[in-house]
Amino acid sequence: MSDARADILAGIRASLARGPLAAAGRDALDARVGGPPDAERAPADREGRVALFRDKAEAVSATTARIASLDELPGAVSDYLAAQNLPSAILATPDPLLDGAPWDTQPLLALKRGVPGIDDLVGLTCAHGGVAETGSLVMWHDKNNPHSASFVPETNIVVLPASRVVGSLEEVWPEVRAAATPPRALCFVTGPSRTGDIGLRIELGAHGPRRLHVVIVDDVET
Amino acid sequence: MRLTTPAFKDNARGALADPNLQESLGKLRTGFQAIRADAVAGLPDFEALRDTARDLKDHTLANLDEYLTRYEAKVIELGGHVHWARDAAEARDIVLELCRSVGARKVTKGKSMIAEEVGLNEFLEANGIEPIETDLGEYIVQLAKEPPSHILAPAVHKTVAQVADLFLEHHGKYGKTRRLEQPPELVAEARDVLRARYFEADVGITGANFLVAENGASVIVTNEGNGDLTQVLPRMHIVLTSIEKVVPSLDDVSVLLRILARSATGQEMSAYTTFSFGPKRADDLDGPDSFHVILLDNGRAAMLGTEFQDILRCIRCGACLNHCPIYGAVGGHAYGWVYSGPMGAVLTPALIGITDAAHLPNASTLCGRCESVCPMRIPLPRMLRDWRRKAFEAKLMPPRARAGLAVWAWLAARPALYRAITGPAMRLLAAMAGRKGRFRALPLAGGWTGGRDLPAPQGATFQAQWAQKQRTRRR
Repeated sequence: MSDARADILAGIRASLARGPLAAAGRDALDARVGGPPDAERAPADREGRVALFRDKAEAVSATTARIASLDELPGAVSDYLAAQNLPSAILATPDPLLDGAPWDTQPLLALKRGVPGIDDLVGLTCAHGGVAETGSLVMWHDKNNPHSASFVPETNIVVLPASRVVGSLEEVWPEVRAAATPPRALCFVTGPSRTGDIGLRIELGAHGPRRLHVVIVDDVET
Repeated sequence: MRLTTPAFKDNARGALADPNLQESLGKLRTGFQAIRADAVAGLPDFEALRDTARDLKDHTLANLDEYLTRYEAKVIELGGHVHWARDAAEARDIVLELCRSVGARKVTKGKSMIAEEVGLNEFLEANGIEPIETDLGEYIVQLAKEPPSHILAPAVHKTVAQVADLFLEHHGKYGKTRRLEQPPELVAEARDVLRARYFEADVGITGANFLVAENGASVIVTNEGNGDLTQVLPRMHIVLTSIEKVVPSLDDVSVLLRILARSATGQEMSAYTTFSFGPKRADDLDGPDSFHVILLDNGRAAMLGTEFQDILRCIRCGACLNHCPIYGAVGGHAYGWVYSGPMGAVLTPALIGITDAAHLPNASTLCGRCESVCPMRIPLPRMLRDWRRKAFEAKLMPPRARAGLAVWAWLAARPALYRAITGPAMRLLAAMAGRKGRFRALPLAGGWTGGRDLPAPQGATFQAQWAQKQRTRRR
């Protein structure tokens, strides 16, 4: 135990004019944690939530598409890249969900799995969920979806199961609490990267992705 | 960084005469106020959330020792390390020691006000380590060798043309030799230059918006994504933060997130809100091998229980800067240190002492807009008055101002005499002003009339008008 630690804690207690908290005081702090969300912030039904998610995400310059099943994923990815005039070499994360898509139906897509390097321009990742209230993706960055995959490629295509769209941030917390260990990074991604630092003008693609495309998949139940 | 707070008046004079700065500040005032108003109007329970936010932070501060030790225990459980720093020098030394432990030559940095507070960049440079700011605004002011002038938009004082000149001057070594004119091209060039720096860096340093006692997470809120690249690519991630950033639980974070971005940039949610939990796991494919948190005190513990405790609720949204007529006129550099605007005028005297910061509490009209927009309901005008009182008690005012106040106080404590003198004086001034109703110059009031006209009294004192109104009402 360093002197600095003891000094700072003693300084706090001196200012608060008390000693360390007694057991009863500590229990009272525990009782504060958890509890239901304070308000309904999104529709209760899945369709309503997905619709709100798309509205909110598109309002912050993300694009969205919706497909019935993973069978349509390779085609949806191909179509998006062609429409944006982007290369067909993709760095995809190791997420097993992507194994279920028939990539051989799109022979022009060059799919590589792993972590992105500086030259990987298009990334394909899987979201853990979505938050309808703000159109945010919940990115659970563990071995299946490395953190850098959401930030290094200039274009980020994200697969989001419709079943995983919740209403508000508060509905994500029980899952974080239930995990044996949390992921190293848990990111809420709301639209592509942006900056207003030059001339107070909003520009997309400051450091993270310039483009964020969300492909919502219906038949994935997790 | 060099402290110029004692020279606030000269700084302000220079700022008012700087056309580039005035152009930038004009855009800031109109832009940020309007987008905040829209965002707040879109959330019906915003006012109730401000109450919740105030209360949760007051609760945290009342139990700060307990929440800090809980947070520490969780970070250690995740495989991270927690370091405690009493002051700026200790924090700098810890950073340097950590950098040396991995033989670091290059350090990328996400935006951290605490790093500014401890003067980290100059210190690292002096010790042979190159710090690279990655937030675009911070990067621009680093190139310009200036401190940030706004919490959210560090380079808000720079015009597009000034940024273009800086990039031309500094990007030649990366083979970029054309002067770019437009913001999109400038952003793209900075992106390109900094991208390689992320991959080269040995250590990444970020700040933290929140530390979560419940599970050991440190949270950063950004729009550019630089904070994420800064922490995931190097071998070591250092979170440089201060003790009042801790909050009890995830529930508290969601309350604060809901009001933070709306108050700051008018967004419902910033582009990236990232919770970091320790170093990379054994099976992770990326992430830092080691994870360190430095908790800086630097005078904050001593503010608890004082009239200035409430400023420790501040979540650095910048709303008080964006709505302050003084900040809007002189910008952030005039304040002469790290923090500016109303929150800076309250926090700076607590951190560097009122002697050097005596001008700051007076850099306010006490109009109250800062408190009316503060998402944490911090009573900024009240604390500015408290600092004025302390400055007066410490005899930090010029003798003439003190003498003037003493005369006024003596008179104000004698109501009959006060009325007897002010009544005729007001009538006289009203008569002297004539039909114009204002004075262009007035003896003993040159300090005021040098910069603007003085409106003439309307002929009756406030007390006389009040008494008249009361009589009318009773009838």
